[in-house]
Amino acid sequence: MTTKALKDIPANDPLKSEDLKPLIDKAIAENKDRPGAVMLVLNEVQSKIGHVSPCMQVYIAQNLNVPLGQVHGVVTFYSFFKTKPRGKHTIKFCLGTACYVAGTPQLVEKAKQMLNIGLGDTTPDGQITLEECRCVGACSQAPVVVVNEEVQGKLRPNKFPQVLKKVQG
Amino acid sequence: MPFYRSHILVCVDPECLAKGAHDVVDALQDELVAQGLLEEIQVLETSRIGSCSDGPEMMVYPEGVHYVGMTADDVPFLVEEHFLKGRIVEKFREVHKAVVDEELGPLRPKEVRVVLRNCGEIDPMNIEDYLAVDGYQALGKVIGEMTPEQVIDEVTKSGLRGRGGAGFPAGRKWGLTRQVPGDIKYMVCNADEGDPGAFMNRRVLEGDPHSVIEGMIIGAYAVGASYGYIYCRAEYPLAVETLNVAIAQAREFGFLGNNILGTDFNFDLEVRVGAGAFVCGEETALMASIMGQRGEPRPRPPFPSVKGVWGKPSNNNNVETYANVPQIILKGADWYASMGTERSKGTKTFAVGGNVAKPGLIEVPMGITLREIIFDVAGGIKDGRQYKAVQTGGPMGGCLTAEHLDLPLDYEALTQAGSMMGSGGLVVMDETSCMVDIARFFMDFTQAESCGKCTPCRVGTRRILELLQKICDGKGQHGDIEKLEDLCHEVAKNSLCGLGQGAPNPVLSTLKHFRHEYEAHVYEKKCPAKVCRNLIHFEIQAPTCTGCMVCARNCPVEAISGERRQAHVIDINKCIRCGICMQVCNFNAVSVLS
Repeated sequence: MTTKALKDIPANDPLKSEDLKPLIDKAIAENKDRPGAVMLVLNEVQSKIGHVSPCMQVYIAQNLNVPLGQVHGVVTFYSFFKTKPRGKHTIKFCLGTACYVAGTPQLVEKAKQMLNIGLGDTTPDGQITLEECRCVGACSQAPVVVVNEEVQGKLRPNKFPQVLKKVQG
Repeated sequence: MPFYRSHILVCVDPECLAKGAHDVVDALQDELVAQGLLEEIQVLETSRIGSCSDGPEMMVYPEGVHYVGMTADDVPFLVEEHFLKGRIVEKFREVHKAVVDEELGPLRPKEVRVVLRNCGEIDPMNIEDYLAVDGYQALGKVIGEMTPEQVIDEVTKSGLRGRGGAGFPAGRKWGLTRQVPGDIKYMVCNADEGDPGAFMNRRVLEGDPHSVIEGMIIGAYAVGASYGYIYCRAEYPLAVETLNVAIAQAREFGFLGNNILGTDFNFDLEVRVGAGAFVCGEETALMASIMGQRGEPRPRPPFPSVKGVWGKPSNNNNVETYANVPQIILKGADWYASMGTERSKGTKTFAVGGNVAKPGLIEVPMGITLREIIFDVAGGIKDGRQYKAVQTGGPMGGCLTAEHLDLPLDYEALTQAGSMMGSGGLVVMDETSCMVDIARFFMDFTQAESCGKCTPCRVGTRRILELLQKICDGKGQHGDIEKLEDLCHEVAKNSLCGLGQGAPNPVLSTLKHFRHEYEAHVYEKKCPAKVCRNLIHFEIQAPTCTGCMVCARNCPVEAISGERRQAHVIDINKCIRCGICMQVCNFNAVSVLS
């Protein structure tokens, strides 16, 4: 089954990309012999490429010589691993207690309305993904959004358009 | 090695970064170049200088002057005044502000810093800074003068208990792992600080990684371990980076690797990064994750001390526990045991957040009361509102009310009061927080983070969440509260790991202390704190409304109408009760009714 699945790799899969496939191979080669390699490889691939597609999971399982079930199991268990590509920019809303109390729900509402997408979705042009995330530990700045890697705090809904404008450039 | 006459430490915690700390660093570099001071003054990035609430913050040594609240534009002036003219710029000086804040309460007067002693004082990326503050001396003492048994005795005598929440005596755990026969043993450090509202461990890892590493090496010597893992959550990229740098430096200086300090003791260490699963803070799940598997807990026994990573005896402690160890060895068990209460010794870090005037990270002796923490150390409730409750122990903990304010904080007292120590998050709530909604929030968290392995937790948390949602939506019926109570007891009793066993705690403790709020939701269809959307509506007070149109512009569903300079009206049928209008109104003209 696994070989069959690898035959029909969609054209836009990172496995078909000349730039991205070496990154996957590198992650596998560097970690193959370390104990607990599945997490190490997946973490590396996720952070470099941004998602782990079904074909990539098959490829990683084959090359690490572990059952596909284990790779798929790990990918679906941890919230950091995504199976679909994300937008160029991600806006994450912190759902920690302090942020929740300080008004994250209102921010989410505003963002959804402005972009016309839900949490976890990407805009049709592939630019922005809205996500929720667990507490980033910047509680005294609540409510907090994480734009790409940058934390922005004490955000009120009426300031959200500025955040968006900055991202869209 | 270059010799600098002065060092500037700039805080790069998320809070300060959000306020432009990087811009300040860049501006400092530029200005030092422009003034030709680059050879004399060094700029370093660190974490935790102050509370970050007035950031960006910086500390200038050797003077020890603490500046806050500057922007990149202020930097040229600051550099000229301080470094060229040698005058301290009072405008940005933190001491100056502290005097102003004195009316709110003395600035963190009851703090005792053991774990946080180096955070913001030293450059975490430079091992020499740590060596200068007696770093790795405890390790030298242990390896040179003490047998493993003596180390375990000393830690046991100090009364240090696991800071991850359960409070198992650290010395006893080390002793257990040592006794288990086995050629290979592992040290594991739990840095998967997942509780929302807790960030104590992040600060320690980012600001003083070597104290954790040294604690682990000492532990490894005591239990006879040869390899170690620090399991850090993926949400803390800076902590992971700092740790990796620190480990490499420790290896270079001979504190890690083979023949440590010239003896035949070998120990090495690596960081493993999580991938966003809260349950991995449970020790058996954490070890499964290290082994590259789904982070699902398994029944204990066998405990990790007997069968842990790769099936070998493994000793698992949390970041704060390890960070305490070097100080205990250096200053002695008696010194440590002199702080705290009868059964809980030493200090504890807490992340105080929520509706307090001065949120942030604190470290206080065990046995301090909630009142002291909230009103003396954290400056009381924000905006002069009323204290209502404090959530301790994160999503598995419980809430404590006004009657618990004078409870001395230690492991036993908190458990007795129906909460728990947890890792140390304290979220303070005032009268604007709805306790049913808070319980629903925590249940939403635990339900999503339940790994799904055991039925009571997987199904039970979902059913509890559904009941809570129903009550918040104003659809609660007679008998729902009792059903909720029963279900909570069942889930707590029958779940496999701490996540499921603790998940009902927020519901049970809010039911215990705020049952009237639940009853108001169910029987009167009212939300006393005016939070639950289906039970409230918003109104614009015509006399106060200036017709500035800010609310109308921000309303996501265009439910607000009205002409400029005339009072606006909310269409209740269109309104989705998101509360944005109330938040953005500059004249407090929007009120909420239940």
